[in-house]
Amino acid sequence: MTPAVLRVHDLVVHYHTPQGAVKAADHISFNLKADERLGLAGESGSGKSTMALAILRMIKPPGRIEAGDIWLHEQNLMTLSEEEMRQVRLARIAMIPQGSMNSLNPVIRIQEQIADALRDHGVRLSRREAHERIRALLQSVGLKPQVAAMFPHELSGGMKQRACIAIAISLRPQVIIADEPTSALDVVVQRQVMQTLARVQQELDAAVIMVGHDMGLVAQFVDRLGVMYAGKLVELSPVRDIFTQPLHPYTQMLIASLPSLERKGIFRGIPGLPPLLRDLPPGCAFHPRCPHAVARCQQEVPPFREIRPDSWVACHLVP
Amino acid sequence: MAQAPASQEKAPPSPAGQSAAIRYLRRNPSLVVGIVLLSILVLFVGIGHLVIDTNKARALSAPVMQPPSFQYPFGTDRQGRDLLAVMVAGTPLTLRIGFIAGVLGVGIGAVLGFVSAYYRGKIDTLIRGVADIGLTVPGLLVLIIIAVSIKEGLTVNQMALVVASLAWLNPTRTIRAQVLTLRERGYVEVARLSGMSGPEIIFKEMMPNLLPYLGATLVNAVSNAILASIGLEVLGLGPIDAPTLGMTLYWVNYNAALINGWWWWWLAPIVVILIVFLGLFFLTVGLDEIANPKLRSAV
Amino acid sequence: MRADYVAKRVGVFLLIVWLAATLNFFLPRLSGQDPVRATLLQQASLGGYVQTGLEAMVKEYEQRFGLDKPLWRQYLTYLGDVSRLNFNYSISNYPRTVNEIIVEAIPWTVGLLGTTTVLSFALGTFLGALLAWPRAPRWMRYLMPPLWAFHAIPFFLLGLILMYLLAFQFNLLPMIGGYRAGSFPGWTLTFVLDVLKHAILPALSIILVATGGWALGMRGMMVTTQGEDYVVFAEAKGLKSLTIFLRYCVRNAILPQTTALALALGQILSGAVLVEVIFNYPGIGTLLFRAVRENDHFLIQGIVFLVIVALGLTTLILDVIYPWLDPRIHYKKA
Repeated sequence: MTPAVLRVHDLVVHYHTPQGAVKAADHISFNLKADERLGLAGESGSGKSTMALAILRMIKPPGRIEAGDIWLHEQNLMTLSEEEMRQVRLARIAMIPQGSMNSLNPVIRIQEQIADALRDHGVRLSRREAHERIRALLQSVGLKPQVAAMFPHELSGGMKQRACIAIAISLRPQVIIADEPTSALDVVVQRQVMQTLARVQQELDAAVIMVGHDMGLVAQFVDRLGVMYAGKLVELSPVRDIFTQPLHPYTQMLIASLPSLERKGIFRGIPGLPPLLRDLPPGCAFHPRCPHAVARCQQEVPPFREIRPDSWVACHLVP
Repeated sequence: MAQAPASQEKAPPSPAGQSAAIRYLRRNPSLVVGIVLLSILVLFVGIGHLVIDTNKARALSAPVMQPPSFQYPFGTDRQGRDLLAVMVAGTPLTLRIGFIAGVLGVGIGAVLGFVSAYYRGKIDTLIRGVADIGLTVPGLLVLIIIAVSIKEGLTVNQMALVVASLAWLNPTRTIRAQVLTLRERGYVEVARLSGMSGPEIIFKEMMPNLLPYLGATLVNAVSNAILASIGLEVLGLGPIDAPTLGMTLYWVNYNAALINGWWWWWLAPIVVILIVFLGLFFLTVGLDEIANPKLRSAV
Repeated sequence: MRADYVAKRVGVFLLIVWLAATLNFFLPRLSGQDPVRATLLQQASLGGYVQTGLEAMVKEYEQRFGLDKPLWRQYLTYLGDVSRLNFNYSISNYPRTVNEIIVEAIPWTVGLLGTTTVLSFALGTFLGALLAWPRAPRWMRYLMPPLWAFHAIPFFLLGLILMYLLAFQFNLLPMIGGYRAGSFPGWTLTFVLDVLKHAILPALSIILVATGGWALGMRGMMVTTQGEDYVVFAEAKGLKSLTIFLRYCVRNAILPQTTALALALGQILSGAVLVEVIFNYPGIGTLLFRAVRENDHFLIQGIVFLVIVALGLTTLILDVIYPWLDPRIHYKKA
């Protein structure tokens, strides 16, 4: 069995507001294998972006990682100093943000934005070497060498996203976290970006965590898919199983609501609204909207259990 | 496993009877300071008018150059004015100039700003061009030219109009910027689509949302207008016989009061002007806070 | 693209110059009379030493701007004069020309205003940036309230207060003037030191007030910038804190800060004029003050025109420098 490169154990992240604590991530646990693609899907406010930031220890006040551990190979990231963590970022765990938005510094050229990351991580290169390396990086994501000297506003959305990917892989990280890498891009460009991402992942033999709200898109890319709801991970299974045998009622209703190209039917959403993260219902957070809820669901929080090899779910109704 | 009840995480309940307003004021100290300072002024002027004979603010109504005493708490000046009376009579005059000019300035500025930002196109370019160029020119100098050209000397109200002639430039610009951002908001689109006319949208949809911002702009404009009027007066271009704060400073300068050691003549207007500006400043900051929640967390 | 942009800005500048001249011409005539003529006549009738000179002036004025001339003709004559920088003789200082008198006062104002503006902008921006940096030393927070308080009051007010405290009460610094009365201007060390000593109070009144404003502004820009996505990504890239601070935050926050400088120039100048008046500092401000007192219209017009043009020029320079700071400007329509 391939060893886990990243192990998240019982992670808790709270945001402290004057109205109370917002439980953005509530006892999240999962493992990531060395060359695996893991997806984290969920609606807005489900806690998935919080997870991306938390793994990089970039949660800012009023947010705080209250509890839990994050193991990168044998190292517990929670025990590292600020400086040590800074060195982990990009070099070992890299993030790909929503580049088509505002993730690139508008007043600095692309090559500079790649170079400053290399520099701050102690990579000493002559000008020619740096130039070469940047050119090779850009090429690996399908960008022409001319892009290096350009400013971000001169690039299209897709190009900016790929520039961000180039930056993210510049130090050959072991884990890549892609946070909604294709939102705000049109479908054709989405495909290009996803293909680029797949290609670089293979070349690097890196593990990828892909965070997104478009389940269909995420599912096409990943090996395993985790579904998040109200700050909790409610199901985590190989992607095939999620679609053919969804275990958690929320997942089931999500799958059911996807319009199908083959069949015609009534559009079925999920009634109700997700709860406020600072005012969660007792017991299982989904029970007010769950058609199968029983008394136990209102009282006890269902534990996240592995009921089959590689299939985890948090629901009282699953044997 | 038992789940801790959600209510344990809630903020402690507020003491019974504390209204939302008071709670807000505690979070916005600037607003409180501003209101307090300005209230002090208002009280000073109000009570002063009842207690003091404001005729003493005219020249030759008291012995000259008296240091502060029980009879003349602020002393008297070289022309025999009772300085306490001068302060009581003059402060509202200065405030009035500022207020009239500020209100006119924001009024005109609001209209121009809204029209410019909402309709865009040529009229926007025109209004914005004029405002931008107008702002490059130092206002005081233009006001000087105007004031110098009016031979008869200015009354307080004329002064206000002179200052108002330039007071609309800055408000136009800032209000236009605000309306531009508002214009793209969803509810404006909806209003437009549902057939509301331009002026209707401006008044019914956008203006209510802009009120706190307009308030802050107004206070800012009043502050600038007072500054401009005091500036003109210190240069000697104000209403010569009026005991306004700026004119008092003019006489202080003219008579080299400080060099001659008549500190009380100098002190009184300084302190009052200080309170005026500090009060208006903190009020602006406080209103800004209400208008722009994004600025709330830091400081 | 670039030439386009510059041409447009130069055009605006020329427009401002024209506007200044036009204001100078029309505003005094708004009331229907010509105050310049009135003053000239008045001065001439007073008699005295410069009688003949003034009479000649009146004659010439009547010839060129007389009541019998149509308004547009007078206007064109005036524009002609201005374009040749001919501002006539000073009425109250005849036979000296306006240009002579102004040229004497300019170095003082440029020295005072130039130095203080640059200093306070640099210092304020630096402080403001530091105040927004989470790694800044704690005691810096305590600088905020005094900066705020100072920033609220006009320059001249602080000038008066400082004058009282430092010159009057404690006699540390001279109260007024640009240099000790009676000493001869020259490039000697004593004179230069004397000038500096006299410049301290006026300079301080401007610097203490203005720095606060710039600091607050920069801090605000920094806070906004720090919330931007590219700063989040910069941190995710594992960049050093200093790199993020300088190249991602400050480098971006300085843009609106520079715009604010360009916009504030007019206000700064107005404030400086009053400061000069209070300290009797021999610059353009005091000159203007005297000119107003003496109703010397030619001098007033000359000063106002010059100042407006100088400000327009400075704004033009700042505008042209701006694209160098912000590469996006090349491609955005102004």
